[in-house]
Amino acid sequence: MKTEIAGILEKHEGDRGGLISILEDVQARYSYLPAEALKFVADGTGRSLVDIYGVATFYKSFSLKPRGKHLCSVCVGTACHVRGAPVIAGEFERQLDASVGATTEDNEFTLETVNCLGACALGPIVVVDGHYFSNVNSSQVKRIIKKTHVGLDEAEIKADRRLYLHTVSCSRCNHSLMDPDHKIDGSPSVRVTASFERKHGWLRLSSLYGSFAVESEYPIRSDEIVDFFCPHCHTDLKGASACPLCNAPMVAMLVRAGGIVQICSRRGCKGHMLDLDGAGV
Amino acid sequence: MINLKINGLEVSVEQGTTLLEAARFLGFPIPTLCHMEGLSPYGACRLCVVEIGEGPRAKLVSSCTYPAQEGLVVRTANERVLQARKMVLELLLASCPQSKVIQDLASAHNVRQQRFRQEHEDCILCGLCTRMCEEQMMAKAIGFRGRGETRSIGTPFDIKSEECRLCGGCIYVCPACQLRCTYTEPDKAVCGGCANLSPPCVEKENFDDMMCYMNPCVACEIDKH
Ligand code: SF4
Ligand code: SF4
Ligand code: SF4
Ligand code: FES
Ligand code: FES
Repeated sequence: MKTEIAGILEKHEGDRGGLISILEDVQARYSYLPAEALKFVADGTGRSLVDIYGVATFYKSFSLKPRGKHLCSVCVGTACHVRGAPVIAGEFERQLDASVGATTEDNEFTLETVNCLGACALGPIVVVDGHYFSNVNSSQVKRIIKKTHVGLDEAEIKADRRLYLHTVSCSRCNHSLMDPDHKIDGSPSVRVTASFERKHGWLRLSSLYGSFAVESEYPIRSDEIVDFFCPHCHTDLKGASACPLCNAPMVAMLVRAGGIVQICSRRGCKGHMLDLDGAGV
Repeated sequence: MINLKINGLEVSVEQGTTLLEAARFLGFPIPTLCHMEGLSPYGACRLCVVEIGEGPRAKLVSSCTYPAQEGLVVRTANERVLQARKMVLELLLASCPQSKVIQDLASAHNVRQQRFRQEHEDCILCGLCTRMCEEQMMAKAIGFRGRGETRSIGTPFDIKSEECRLCGGCIYVCPACQLRCTYTEPDKAVCGGCANLSPPCVEKENFDDMMCYMNPCVACEIDKH
């Protein structure tokens, strides 16, 4: 661990005040912030452990406890609250036998509550691994958990009628990213420029929400974080948020129908977020 | 030099002087809780509020952190200021009624009751202990953690700190602690405050439930394993 942390610190050398980005990288690597890692960060940066611990406990996106494979967030914002979110959160607690903020014993689920996801009209909202469930009632909780165990992506592609085609464009120049000539999953693909290890080439994604089919000019190792660029204006498509699953940067694209879609930039990671209200922009 | 007017009196002070220092220099008393000479100003308790400015733009500021400005007009004890102070004291009493320091301040300001939900906090987050630890003891063994409702003071990971010098400085300055730490000699307690105490350290098992961060504690010699 020591050498890994040293590597992360080296990367951030020079940017004073880069503690948060350092901690983000540490969390991306271990999925949480191990105590030992924080000590190495303290030694390496010359900051005191108290300060680092203070920052790590201040932000909700940092976790000091190992997190489960699946992250289940129940919205308890005002709108979802009045529509019965507390009952749903309670039902999740019962079904998973883990209280809010905790991880199940088998390390499968981490349950947490969030305050408003910007989709109030569809509430109560539950998000599991970046998949949105709307108008949830407590009798659906069991199904959601079961679906997650099976593998949300499979379940969605086969059965979810929310699966649909989306047309996306660059969030900067608004040029369409659709490539009708190159089909993936039988529909026009989304074409972007991908850059990794100093190689640039095209990358085509399936335009079906929930499908993770990808083709690229150069093979990309799984777990590799790829930089996405608009092939027209060459803007970096990286968005402001981090992947809820692996913490890599998310890539944001505009959905023609309104809103944005965000996908994880790590090859093989299933982090997807569709935000049709565009409240996250 | 900076010239300002406090309660109608002209005073000139050096650049960087706080309103609190300037007022005290003139002999106007301003109560404080989280302020301590030798520690950096923190502005947590708001007990030291004074009113500055005039007319509709007059506003309340914490005098311990507000630097003197040329031509400033300051009132340290008008009706608005006294009301605000009473409110602060009521809130402090609501969160930490067992503190002798808060009790004394409340009684000095004629606050006899409080209207809020009664709590019995161990800590009012005044930050005296962390500043003591960092600035006078150069230890940085304790600090703030979390935020909002769950903000608290403690050592990283709530385990024995390797940096702690066991100096006792943190309990010495803690306004919430002074009464409770007579536990091992209960007869020394000055008032009936003990009736409200949360169970003292000897009856606790987790390090993070303990009321101070020293291990072993220099005051009562409890060893928190
Ligand atoms: S006893 Fe330890 S924690 Fe308290 S002020 Fe001294 S060094 Fe800091
Ligand atoms: S422990 Fe005591 S000194 Fe430290 S912040 Fe809390 S009340 Fe203030
Ligand atoms: S350990 Fe002893 S001195 Fe420290 S808070 Fe507890 S009773 Fe008081
Ligand atoms: S309150 Fe749940 S999405 Fe807004
Ligand atoms: S003494 Fe000024 S805010 Fe506490």
